[in-house]
Amino acid sequence: MEQIINFLDDNTLAMLSLLVLSSFLGMEIIGKVPTVLHTPLMSGANAISGVVVIGAIILIRRADATDYLTLVLGFIGIALAMINVVGGFAVTNRMLDMFKKKERKN
Amino acid sequence: MDYSNIIDLLYLVSIIVFIIGLKGLSHPESARKGNQVAALGMGMAIVISLFAPETGDNNYLWIIGAMLVGGGIGLTSAKKVAMTKMPEMVSLFNGLGGACAMLIGIAEFGNLPAGTEMMSGAVLTNIFAMFVGAVSLTGSLVAYGKLNGSLRDNFTLPAPQLINITSLIGIIALSVMIMTQPELNMALVYALLGLSLFYGIAFVTPIGGGDMPVVISLLNSVTGIGATGAGLIYGNNIMIIGGILVGASGIILTVMMCEAMNRSLINVLVGNLGASGGGSGSDREEIVKEVNVSDLAIQLKYADKVTIVPGYGLAVAQAQHICHEIENALEDEGVEVRYAIHPVAGRMPGHMNVLLAESDVSYDKLLELEPANDSFPSTDVVLVIGANDVVNPSAKDDTSSPIYGMPILDVEMAKNVVVFKRGMSTGYAGVQNPLFFGDKTKMLFGDAKASLGKLKDEIANA
Repeated sequence: MEQIINFLDDNTLAMLSLLVLSSFLGMEIIGKVPTVLHTPLMSGANAISGVVVIGAIILIRRADATDYLTLVLGFIGIALAMINVVGGFAVTNRMLDMFKKKERKN
Repeated sequence: MDYSNIIDLLYLVSIIVFIIGLKGLSHPESARKGNQVAALGMGMAIVISLFAPETGDNNYLWIIGAMLVGGGIGLTSAKKVAMTKMPEMVSLFNGLGGACAMLIGIAEFGNLPAGTEMMSGAVLTNIFAMFVGAVSLTGSLVAYGKLNGSLRDNFTLPAPQLINITSLIGIIALSVMIMTQPELNMALVYALLGLSLFYGIAFVTPIGGGDMPVVISLLNSVTGIGATGAGLIYGNNIMIIGGILVGASGIILTVMMCEAMNRSLINVLVGNLGASGGGSGSDREEIVKEVNVSDLAIQLKYADKVTIVPGYGLAVAQAQHICHEIENALEDEGVEVRYAIHPVAGRMPGHMNVLLAESDVSYDKLLELEPANDSFPSTDVVLVIGANDVVNPSAKDDTSSPIYGMPILDVEMAKNVVVFKRGMSTGYAGVQNPLFFGDKTKMLFGDAKASLGKLKDEIANA
């Protein structure tokens, strides 16, 4: 019991509130998306999930300059997540560029 | 002076930019701008994270090096990839994001100070980030393999549901064991990592058929949740919020896709569509009628209304451009040409829209499911090009069919149907299609691009 109470300190509760509220926001924000946008939206959201790169940046910045295991893991992490971010946004942009010059009905 | 509040404030700004971007992405007029705004938010967040005060050695060279490598690979592959390969590309990118969350989880286990209380939030978030990231990684890789054809749909595990449930129980048990040890036991952590990687494979393998788009969307959502997990490790707001935004919106998008197929998410996940199909109808000895290209060209020229139903076969054959040329040729003859787009045509929702847009087909010629079905009775000829499951009438009336209940493009309402197809093989869902034996149906066998090329010449000559 004490351990559970330990879990629920102020910080955890603040995080929990953040999580719950952001989930609702995420569900509301999409609304009704026309099928034509499903692929670009998925691809754009996919690029945003590359925000995890920041974790890898923090990981490396906090590491000792001689802690090669952490540095290598972080290096791979940043590289992979950057592929996700840069590739994701670029691919989405390419897809949406194709709709740009067309007449739209909605 | 305490910089951390300023940093948090700056992060808040980039979160707002993210939200505006995501909002923009969900409307046609603002989608392109929305994507750029989201990218801007990401750039801001990354810069902030580089300059926020930290207590370690910074190791900027490592960071810059990794960013250049990753960014370079990402940009090159995004520029080079063919539009037809988009679904697998997104799937692959997605897995890499998951891999990053997993690596962070692993590294932070190693960084736990000696004597850390195991029953703590820190350990729990490490476990969570590692588990979710690993599932996203291997799940996305399997999806990638299935989409590009290197893994066939018949690549399945025996008793998949049993394996899935056992793995999940094993994952929970291992997590509890890790947290109840007196000190960190890396052997258990690696066992958990291995089992999580395996679970990702076991989770996606049984899913096949037309359900792949749903899986990618779901995995996308999972990666978002993984990013949130990694954010919880550092108490980093932008990772938490950015991740959960993707997680939540991904779930909504997934459910919308399921609705387009008239199925529940649970049904997609345990439905085992790909493996169970096949049998129905294959015992029937029915006759298909073939059409020759010059007859078809004449029929098309004298038609008033022609509707093209594109499917994945069109994408594979790279036939979208020639398709547009035929559309132009027929319009010059005064024929009204439209495209009927099924919500899950291709391997990703909206896949066909992107492809046709690539070859300059105008936006207002694309009909969605319901308007398309309304227009079929007054349509003279329907050209089904490389589509199969989305025009399969068994979805309407054959309760034993694995795709029963999925709304289809009811092409049999039209006066004539011509199906472009490589051979008599079944579609991605592995089910036979009675449409091919229908009274109004004629078949044109061969590669879609080659057939359309011949058709175009015949239209010009006829």
